Amino acid sequence: MAAKRRAKAPENGLLIDYEYCTGCYACQVACQQEHRWPAGMGGIRVQEIVQNLPNDKSYLTYIPFPTELCVLCAARTRKGQQPACVQHCMAACMKYGRIEDLAKEMTKPRMVLWAPRG
Amino acid sequence: MIVRTTAWSAGPGCHGGCGVLAHIEDGKLVKIEGDPEHPINRGRLCSRCLAMTQYVDHPGRLRSPRKRVGERGENKWQDISWEEAYDLIEEKMGKIREEYGPESVVFSMGTGRDVGAWICLLAYNYGSPNVMFALSGIGCYSPRIAASETVLGDYCVFDGGQWLPKGHDDPRYQVPETIVIWGYNINASCPDNIFGHWITDLMKKGSKIICIDPRLSFFASRADQWLQLRPGTDGALAMGFLNVIINEGLYDRKFVEKWTNAPHLIRSDTGTLLRASDLVEGGSPDDFVVWDTAAGAPAIWDSAELEFRAPGAAPDAPPLTGVAPALEVPAEQCAMHLLDESSVPVKTVWSTFRAEVAEYPVDRVAQITWLRAEDIVEAARMYAKSRPATIQWGVAVDMTPAITPTSMAIAALWCLTGNLDVPGGNVVARSAFGAVAYALPGSRGPIQLPGQEVDATRIARDRYGVLSEFIWRAQTDVTLEQVFTGKPYPIKGMWVQACNLVGGIGYDPQRWVKALKKLDFVCVVDTFMTPTAELADIVLPAATFLEKDGIRSWWTPLESIVKAMEVEGCRPDNEINFELARRFNPDLKWHDLHELLDEIVSPSGMTFHELAKKGWELPPDGDPSAPYHRHERGLLRPDGKPGFKTPSGKMELYSVLRERWGFEPLPHHEEPPFSPASSPELFEQYPLILTTGRRSPVYFNSEHRNIPWLREADPDPVVELHPETGAALGIGNGEWVWIENMFGKARLKAKLTPIVPRWLASATHGWWYPEQEGAEPSLRGVWDSSTNQLLPMGYQGKDGLGTHAKCTLCKVYRAHTAPPGAYALPEGGVIGGAVSAAGTAHGPAPGHAPAAARGASTDDPGKEA
Repeated sequence: MAAKRRAKAPENGLLIDYEYCTGCYACQVACQQEHRWPAGMGGIRVQEIVQNLPNDKSYLTYIPFPTELCVLCAARTRKGQQPACVQHCMAACMKYGRIEDLAKEMTKPRMVLWAPRG
Repeated sequence: MIVRTTAWSAGPGCHGGCGVLAHIEDGKLVKIEGDPEHPINRGRLCSRCLAMTQYVDHPGRLRSPRKRVGERGENKWQDISWEEAYDLIEEKMGKIREEYGPESVVFSMGTGRDVGAWICLLAYNYGSPNVMFALSGIGCYSPRIAASETVLGDYCVFDGGQWLPKGHDDPRYQVPETIVIWGYNINASCPDNIFGHWITDLMKKGSKIICIDPRLSFFASRADQWLQLRPGTDGALAMGFLNVIINEGLYDRKFVEKWTNAPHLIRSDTGTLLRASDLVEGGSPDDFVVWDTAAGAPAIWDSAELEFRAPGAAPDAPPLTGVAPALEVPAEQCAMHLLDESSVPVKTVWSTFRAEVAEYPVDRVAQITWLRAEDIVEAARMYAKSRPATIQWGVAVDMTPAITPTSMAIAALWCLTGNLDVPGGNVVARSAFGAVAYALPGSRGPIQLPGQEVDATRIARDRYGVLSEFIWRAQTDVTLEQVFTGKPYPIKGMWVQACNLVGGIGYDPQRWVKALKKLDFVCVVDTFMTPTAELADIVLPAATFLEKDGIRSWWTPLESIVKAMEVEGCRPDNEINFELARRFNPDLKWHDLHELLDEIVSPSGMTFHELAKKGWELPPDGDPSAPYHRHERGLLRPDGKPGFKTPSGKMELYSVLRERWGFEPLPHHEEPPFSPASSPELFEQYPLILTTGRRSPVYFNSEHRNIPWLREADPDPVVELHPETGAALGIGNGEWVWIENMFGKARLKAKLTPIVPRWLASATHGWWYPEQEGAEPSLRGVWDSSTNQLLPMGYQGKDGLGTHAKCTLCKVYRAHTAPPGAYALPEGGVIGGAVSAAGTAHGPAPGHAPAAARGASTDDPGKEA
């Protein structure tokens, strides 16, 4: 019964292969441009994560995080275009699609499947 | 309306080349997107280009020429018409030309921008050879290119398939097994005519990475070999690689024998190359000598015909065939009888080169570079054994005064390992179809100096041989000195275009301020007011790439830039300079800019408009600007003979030109001027290695701090310190600190992160605060955070090239206060304020960050109560 009170299951999402995200901010600014957000707001934000590892080593990861303002570029995808972030991603590490299909493409490590507010 | 064009500089600021689609409504830019069909970016686009709507319409953008009405640096201006501006410039610069000669005006440019051709057009038609790239030691890219041209006759870049219509999907292409990324955070920077993320693409296809970088970059994190070297020791590392590769026999011996000057003989008495003129009557000093093991006798290498000749043979005698040049001269044959009856021992270039390389055993290299010997060995083996392998080097390599010998060592690596001009290797980079606008190494465009006699006055041309052959610039450090000494002739004026001498490219910026104030006339052309523009007499508002017609012919493809829109009051650099070139030279060859553009692209067989219809064009196979194996196919030399465009026709392990110019002809390592090894006393006082210029993906050098979307992504000038270093110095994360050395100091925000080693301070460069007061003493906050205050001019390399911005010393301590410009997003998200209303004499509205922004956030531990 609890499931009924929850929002409708998301249909579409973003598959991010964060192994290749270089932290270039193209997605972040592409979104701000597309939706004319002022600085300080936007549908996707790039985060830098530095993890200490054993033996005095570290690993640097960037990851684009879709925010509460992400609408998965519905106006673009209706026209058959990619979301602004996906098209402009310099590392080509983002993919938009049906969550079911994207889940099948999680065939390597260091990937994340986002189901934003949409 | 959607306009397809090419992005290059004014706007994103970059070296350009990406295809874009500009969405224009009612003459305004509403959106810009990557062109999915474009071979360089394939639909992708960087943050700086994606922020163009905030750039073109920025309220701070210059929209009218203005003239100074107060003292220099008072920020008092009056808007004037273009006609009045041109008249004033013509009058002031005309007067200097008349009284002191045209060489008394220096034309200063920034890096890689779409102004190089146009600034030459203006300077040369004014009559001055003094075009200056304003970085100390001309220390960005030109030195690497020149060094490569010196020994190879050409320049190479990594092969990302950019020459082929299908890119790295083309069947002729081979994915590199290993990519060496040398001193280059290429994805976060503005690569020189290549696209950094091609490497990310290739990693997905299996390329392994060797990353040479003191800092843990994206690539370093994902590298098979990460060499965290001490900055400025790249030359020693390259020599160490050569040591491993030669000692372990991992080099391509056939290439060495056939395509390099390894067999040429060197005299032991003078240490110089043995010439045919030493050996035989009538022999040419341009021809060299080898020991022919087949004949057991010397043979002459004819450098013009690229053939062997018997010593003393008649000029019309057929060339010698079957010559087997020795790589090492047999001991019993090592004395050569010369024309002057003397008997001189000789050795080969190969022996000499090997002896130099032997000076760099890995243990010694490990000591110099602060790397582990076994890591050097493993990386060298991995590179040499990979097929193909490629090296892409970045500006960090230029950041040593020994840039030329360092580059010679790295170029030798890709040649000796058989990776020269092979698919997936290091491929000769030439402008598509040979269409270039102005003189660059290896090419001569239509924009040229009127004659050699004019060039004779170019600053330091006579001092540094390389400047007469490969770099047509005034040497920057010598030019700055000449402003003050007036010797050998006075400098009276400066034309500064797309160049922020005080806030960006100039080391010792206080000295540049003094220099600018000493001049009779300064004109600055830019898109926004900068600390440099504040010191001008006339400021001209430049157009962005969206507002101009132009071409881009830097490597491939040949591309058109087409005017998508206009911003009232602004004019393109090329139109401005064309108009003034016409005024200074009434006999100018071209009637209008398009006639000149047509001539520039004419080697392609197209006119500018024909090119613009296509957008871009790749050269066909067989064109000297298309790969591969061009030295074998006779495509590199004007005479069509297989070989290289060098004095010997060979890839020169021992440089004929360097010998001629009086510099060391072999690669080697030299310590930078300020380092633990070269200045240990200073190192005691300043115990951290300072490297400046860590790139930000949202900024191009000193630009874009006024673009809200970009500033919010990277709001503050940052110095990265290891957390343990921070702890030892009592510095918390996010705290404002001073970095200081024997030359000056700057205030930056400490970012404590393990991505830098404990001994390093990695500081961002080019910081000034567009939102701050323009008038002196502030000059838009440039004295707060500019790291160039720690870098002196005048420490260029022996050959006038190379610099030290990435390898000096400093100490770091708490600043207790934030600079007034510390970032907080101003109301309305506008940074940089609005330009004054037309005609007022009060300059731009201050528009600086509100008082609340001062001192930054309240949780800043560095803030004083």
